Amino acid sequence: MIPQDTFFILAPVAENRAEDLLSLLNDMTKAPGYADPDNRLVPFGRFGQLHVARFFLVRAQTWRDIAAYGQDPQPYPLQLAFLGDVDGDRQAFLRELVTRCADGLSEIFSHCAGFDRGTDLLRWMEDHNVKEAANYVNTRGRTVRQVHEEAALAAALRRELTAVAERGEATDPFALHDHLVDHVRRQTANGTLHLTRPPRTSLRQRIPNWLDLISVPAILLLLSPLLLITLPFFLLWLRRLERTDPEILPRPDNAHLADLGRYEDHDVTNPFSAFGDVKPGPLRRLITTTALYLLNYSARHIYGRGYLTRVQTIHFARWVFVDDKRRVMFCSNYDGAVESYMDDFVNKVAWGLNLVFSNGIGYPSTRFLIKDGAEQEDKFKRFLRNRQLPTQVWYKAYPGLTARDLVRNSEIRHGLENRPDGAKALHNWLAKI
Amino acid sequence: MTQTPNIPADPVEFDDMQGLIRFGHGRLVEAEFILCTLKNRKAAQAWLMDAPVTRATTLDSPPDTALQIAFTAAGLTAFGLTDDITASFSYPFLAGMAGEDSRSRRLGDTAENAPDHWSWTDTEAHVLIMLYARAGGLDAWKDAVLGNAFSAAFVPIHSFPTRPNDGAEPFGFRDGISEPKIDWQNAHPPAKHGREDFSNLISPGEVVLGHRNEYNARSASPTLAADTPASDVLAAAPDTDGLRDLGRNGSYLVFRQLAQDVRGFWRWVDSATGGDPVRREALAARMVGRERDGTPLVHNTRDVDGSPRSNDFTYEDDVNGVCCPLGAHIRRANPRTGDHPHHVEGRIAWLLSTLGFRRRRDKLPGRHDLVASTRFHRLVRRGRVYGPDMTPEEALTKDSAPGEQGLLFICLCADLVRQFEFVQNAWIASPKFNGLDGEADPLLGGRAPFSGVPSDGFSIQKADGMADHHPHLPRFVTVKGGGYFFLPGLRALRFIARHGNKEV
Repeated sequence: MIPQDTFFILAPVAENRAEDLLSLLNDMTKAPGYADPDNRLVPFGRFGQLHVARFFLVRAQTWRDIAAYGQDPQPYPLQLAFLGDVDGDRQAFLRELVTRCADGLSEIFSHCAGFDRGTDLLRWMEDHNVKEAANYVNTRGRTVRQVHEEAALAAALRRELTAVAERGEATDPFALHDHLVDHVRRQTANGTLHLTRPPRTSLRQRIPNWLDLISVPAILLLLSPLLLITLPFFLLWLRRLERTDPEILPRPDNAHLADLGRYEDHDVTNPFSAFGDVKPGPLRRLITTTALYLLNYSARHIYGRGYLTRVQTIHFARWVFVDDKRRVMFCSNYDGAVESYMDDFVNKVAWGLNLVFSNGIGYPSTRFLIKDGAEQEDKFKRFLRNRQLPTQVWYKAYPGLTARDLVRNSEIRHGLENRPDGAKALHNWLAKI
Repeated sequence: MTQTPNIPADPVEFDDMQGLIRFGHGRLVEAEFILCTLKNRKAAQAWLMDAPVTRATTLDSPPDTALQIAFTAAGLTAFGLTDDITASFSYPFLAGMAGEDSRSRRLGDTAENAPDHWSWTDTEAHVLIMLYARAGGLDAWKDAVLGNAFSAAFVPIHSFPTRPNDGAEPFGFRDGISEPKIDWQNAHPPAKHGREDFSNLISPGEVVLGHRNEYNARSASPTLAADTPASDVLAAAPDTDGLRDLGRNGSYLVFRQLAQDVRGFWRWVDSATGGDPVRREALAARMVGRERDGTPLVHNTRDVDGSPRSNDFTYEDDVNGVCCPLGAHIRRANPRTGDHPHHVEGRIAWLLSTLGFRRRRDKLPGRHDLVASTRFHRLVRRGRVYGPDMTPEEALTKDSAPGEQGLLFICLCADLVRQFEFVQNAWIASPKFNGLDGEADPLLGGRAPFSGVPSDGFSIQKADGMADHHPHLPRFVTVKGGGYFFLPGLRALRFIARHGNKEV
């Protein structure tokens, strides 16, 4: 298996350079926010290991809300974020990035404070890389190459199946499967189709993975007596906070919604970028840290196969702490319009959203961390939209394909290589094509 | 489990509600809609004050006529409502159905269906007058309502005559069968989450502003300050300090003029089936999801709350679309899904389903849990058909259409984005609906690529897994115009009629 890695380069924008930077970023797109894969500055399409990437300006919008806790609001300087998800490891990708488009990247980053002509680009990017608190990958180990190969395979099978149907040949599913296997074998032999075998997961990959897998249960087991004793105190403290934490949920500005809309729905997948502040105090800090740690753990070990709880529309998602854990950035890539995305949040995983986001200032009030909160549809949508930011440049290596499409294409390939058992299973497999 | 705080369950006031929210005025078979602008505000206010607007109360004898009135955002401004008042209306209403490229993109109003080609939009109009009468009574009713007082006040810019249709839409299918049943008594408080199975009952707040909705919250309703001139007719806005409720007992009204190419539809179906009348009917029925007389292709005897017999089914026993194609019109418009996919019984199953572990791949190959819960996305439809009548048989034989015909699609909802726009975007227009690829609604689809993905195919799933694919469907429905309107309650109508007066 080739695991995915992430990069998240974050740097403050130099004073008075924001307008120039925006127009430069705009030059990289063919529709608002929708990257031209061959753009002059960073031709994303030439990097075969790059799944998704984005540039966006982090403009804090709700930083004044902390005044409700009697604290002095601290403005957050305007930042440029450049992030993405790659096959293989980050260092290798960044090196390749520098080799191929140092000029373009330098042109972009020259708008950031502390970046000069003489700056070592690779080192500067590594220095400004922020490690995520949690990361979700729809299907761990599925490479960009595999996505493209399987999409081509599914299309070829669909064409062949249509041709078979038009010829009106007998449709014994077993014979049909054999026929399709033969067909693909011929196509791979003559080089039309490629089906690269994913490399075996080596023992050197497996052992750390196993250790990681048992780490959380082991820690929980070890600490369980302590956790049990502190649980009542924790709950009392939590409930006190939940009763007093203010909801700050003004209606999103119409101009803000209109601006966000310009960037949406140019592909079946959309980027979501958001930025908000964490509620002050040690307990909220502890809960956020723990929740994101557990989220990251479950994304690694439980939810890496097409589902994040009940949600199947997320390709990649990332939670990043900045400013000494006082603020959090959330970036995801989801299928459908933003209303569908929020619908999933509210109707399918309100409890999960609450666990993480209820530690954000102004969040709709929760009970025991998981109840209420995002179940309050109107309030929750306000909270989210107020924190959402336009994504000025967004790239996806496989336009037109949803996360569901990718999973289905893999299932089609699996069924081709391992014949489903019995006529009914074969019919189901054929139906996927 | 725990007590639910502040359930707003106050009764719906039918005497403050326009009749259209509760009734389709089905017996009033004649109707005409008139879109107009204001010529003279004072005259318009005077006309509105006296307008015999039909309420939602039931009478001993059903009325012979009805009048309903709705406003665009520009119309409210023309009546003298200031920006600070209109700002509390929902954003899509203020922006207009055709106001933004992003909205048109979401609704699939692109290419031939783009607003550039429309003959009208909400931005140029102020008021929508809707007149209904029994057979033979419409002309007299128009004379009565649209007299000199009306002419002094308004300029009609578009008139939409309709045709009595005996319940069939222009393609020849029985229409209007699947309507949500509004739980006027609030007898079924919505469980916050966990109404696992589909139900046809919806809370009043899904349609009426300021009432309890399916999320057990009040549907958002525009408000204004209590010291606003003439606002004393309005009720106090609940849970606020010193605000009055302008939206209460009102609704948002969506109006789209959809021209239907009846000849094109039947001729395409005919050629796709080689001219065989039986197969022709079968293909048309597969595209709609019902036969022409309204019989659904899925038959089962589920007891769906609040459904009449012809509507008493879900797709639970047809997950693969073998009886009713996954992309059939009625399956897209109303997928009949519950909050959880497929019989969740017991707490363990519920927990597993919630955590995403109950994937049931064996039973549901590749199509598990892809469609949103339906109860949050219902529309109350109040459309009428227009243009000359043409049977499917005539459509196949006549050389030319006798004139434009189609549907004046009208629906009511409390949340334009969550209800109308979601249904149109995620269900009707999306080529990825329910795991499909490359097809939109076989009747309504605009056929242009949607988010870069082709949407002009149609597939019919079969038991052997070999679907019938129909590529490149022609466009059968063309959007000719559309807009978002506010259908106020009776008190709000009086406020609109009086407010501008006192201000000057």
